[in-house]
Amino acid sequence: MSYTHIQNVVLDSTSGSLILHQGCLQAFIPDSDSYDTPSAREQTLDGRCCHVLPSLTDIHVHLREPGFEYKEDIASGLAAAAAGGFGRVLAMANTRPVNDQGSITRYMLQKAHEHHPDGPFLYPVGALTRGLKGKELAPLAELAEAGCRAFSNDGLPVQDNELFRRALEYASDLDIIVIDHCEDSFLSAGGVMNEGRMSDYLGLKGIPHVAESLQVSRDILLAAYLDIPVHLAHISCASSVELIYQAKQKSIPVSAETCPHYLHWSEELVKGYNTLARVNPPLRTPDDVLALRQAVRENVVDIIATDHAPHADFEKEVPFAQAPNGISGLDTALALCLDLVRRNVLQLQDLVRLMATSPARLFGLPVCTLEPGRPADFILVDLEHRWTPGPDTMLSKGKNTPCLGQTLQGRVMAHFLGGVPVINRL
Amino acid sequence: MNWTQKDLLDIESLSIEEVRHIFYTSTRFMEINSRSIKKVPILKGKSVVLFFAEPSTRTKTSFDMAAKRLSADSFSLAATGSSLSKGESLKDTVMTLQAMKPDAIVLRHSLSGAAGFIAGHLDCSVLNAGDGWHAHPTQALLDGFTLFQHWQDFQDKKVLILGDIAHSRVARSDVQLLSMLGCRISVCAPRTLLPAGISQWPVEVHSSLEHACRGMDAIICLRLQLERQEAGLLPDLREYSSRFCLQAGHLEQAAPRARIMHPGPINRGIEISSGLADCADSLILEQVGSGVAVRMALLYLYLARSKSEQEISEE
Repeated sequence: MSYTHIQNVVLDSTSGSLILHQGCLQAFIPDSDSYDTPSAREQTLDGRCCHVLPSLTDIHVHLREPGFEYKEDIASGLAAAAAGGFGRVLAMANTRPVNDQGSITRYMLQKAHEHHPDGPFLYPVGALTRGLKGKELAPLAELAEAGCRAFSNDGLPVQDNELFRRALEYASDLDIIVIDHCEDSFLSAGGVMNEGRMSDYLGLKGIPHVAESLQVSRDILLAAYLDIPVHLAHISCASSVELIYQAKQKSIPVSAETCPHYLHWSEELVKGYNTLARVNPPLRTPDDVLALRQAVRENVVDIIATDHAPHADFEKEVPFAQAPNGISGLDTALALCLDLVRRNVLQLQDLVRLMATSPARLFGLPVCTLEPGRPADFILVDLEHRWTPGPDTMLSKGKNTPCLGQTLQGRVMAHFLGGVPVINRL
Repeated sequence: MNWTQKDLLDIESLSIEEVRHIFYTSTRFMEINSRSIKKVPILKGKSVVLFFAEPSTRTKTSFDMAAKRLSADSFSLAATGSSLSKGESLKDTVMTLQAMKPDAIVLRHSLSGAAGFIAGHLDCSVLNAGDGWHAHPTQALLDGFTLFQHWQDFQDKKVLILGDIAHSRVARSDVQLLSMLGCRISVCAPRTLLPAGISQWPVEVHSSLEHACRGMDAIICLRLQLERQEAGLLPDLREYSSRFCLQAGHLEQAAPRARIMHPGPINRGIEISSGLADCADSLILEQVGSGVAVRMALLYLYLARSKSEQEISEE
């Protein structure tokens, strides 16, 4: 049986060669050890000093299919995931029709398998309520049966506390976690950016950070009362971090994610009515950015997810208040996070925890480790490689990212899933 | 002064020298407006599109009259009855207008940033005639010019802006302009009508109108939009007017000959008592007259950038 040798790679600061066999990692042999030169029949690849990291898991993406294929479809979204280093993604339910029945879930899974049989792998998130309307429960058991790995009303959070409580209880029977987009829709009504100095200056209606943290506090109280886990999506502000910290001190079963954009940019980026910086929850203040950086470092916020929200160019070429919310994230997330490593905000191991281990563990997906005998699910990352996100370099149909046209450092040069290269730029 | 700006989007992008130059130029057009024949040929052959995507009577008429008095051709476009109401995007509408090669577009729009948005796509000048809550630079300039005709020097003059600051483009632009000129600004409104970050504005904040009026040299009343009550920001108009309607009694605490202003249209008895609106120190109608002169000055500066100043009086 043939072996694949990937020479000249770095694993945990050690240079060596990675040997794959039958879709699994056979061994990592440091350059200092004796190493049998592969025979001519064996495949060899030059790893070009790339770092080996586990394939990443993104628990929050919008792939837009069915219904909005002009923004993104499952084929292009998974291609962007592959290029961005994500081997597994959880796709939200706000498609058209909404993913609130088994047939939609199965349709999504079939599309994913058709276009990307070797991965990246799609895990649909079922709607928590029928049509995401927040009025009655969706058929959660049917959705789970069809393959949904989580439930969420992402984008249209459930305001009715009684319904949300019942949803948590019902989902807990199925052993599936509810992901909540925390937003009090009365406090946020009509808002298009963070409320504060910048919204005053631009004359735009603001969304106060308490619109998020108020709902975070509800979820924490319910999680504690019911002893049922809740996952808090895309946390954007310091006041939420504070509440999550306190909840974890009391061992309340909550987990939380934030996104690369909240770790990088503040509301200052909206200046000039930059619609690429329009996202919900909105970019907050520089102090919130610092609080979130500390939170991911100290594991108060457990996970970094992209909230990949692709839109067509023309949809963002409008006055700010008319622009849709969302940042396209799959192509650029890792590079943005590597910037935090270069700035010593995080270590490389932190990124592995935040973007691979913790998200996979929380949702019961295969946890990629780089131990011998495990499936060869890994990425080769060139930490120095400079590139510019744009139409030629991004695989997502949505080019709507604030770093469009800027130089990023760090890129996935190869991505293997089960030993099969789904991206190979080596 | 050589006018180099292409667009007038907000007050912030003007220097104090440019503001003074606008006032100076406006003074000369005030003189033209006092003649029996008020038309001069300096913008003959220029075309100005008045694109008012939000209802407006006085600003639009003022710009229209200003353009015609300078012999420019003006064309009106409203949102209703235009392709915007058929779902065309703002970008597509202005690109279509651009193809007809106007020299300037005057835009009124309900969305903040709309003027800057179209200016980014257009080669011709864009004059912002009010965008959302963001800016209304020509109103601020005419307010400033009206006061300039009475004061000459703005240093340490105390100006109160009374009413709905949060949702007012006039307030934002007035604060910027009058602070730039050296005024000390106060605002007075219920907390629900103040911007969330008001503590970071260069203004003193009052919730009592009695206190707010003390020592004021000018008071600018803002129109209360009646939908603020529906949005739950006010209990009702009666209660609002009992607390925030400017009355003759309030002026006892103000400086002698304090000037009363209002961008209009007025809600008599809601933000200002009917008597005060018509009193001797009210500049409300003077603002309208100054408005035409200021807009003539702006059209002239932005459209005839190459012409020398002497030509105004010569022509």
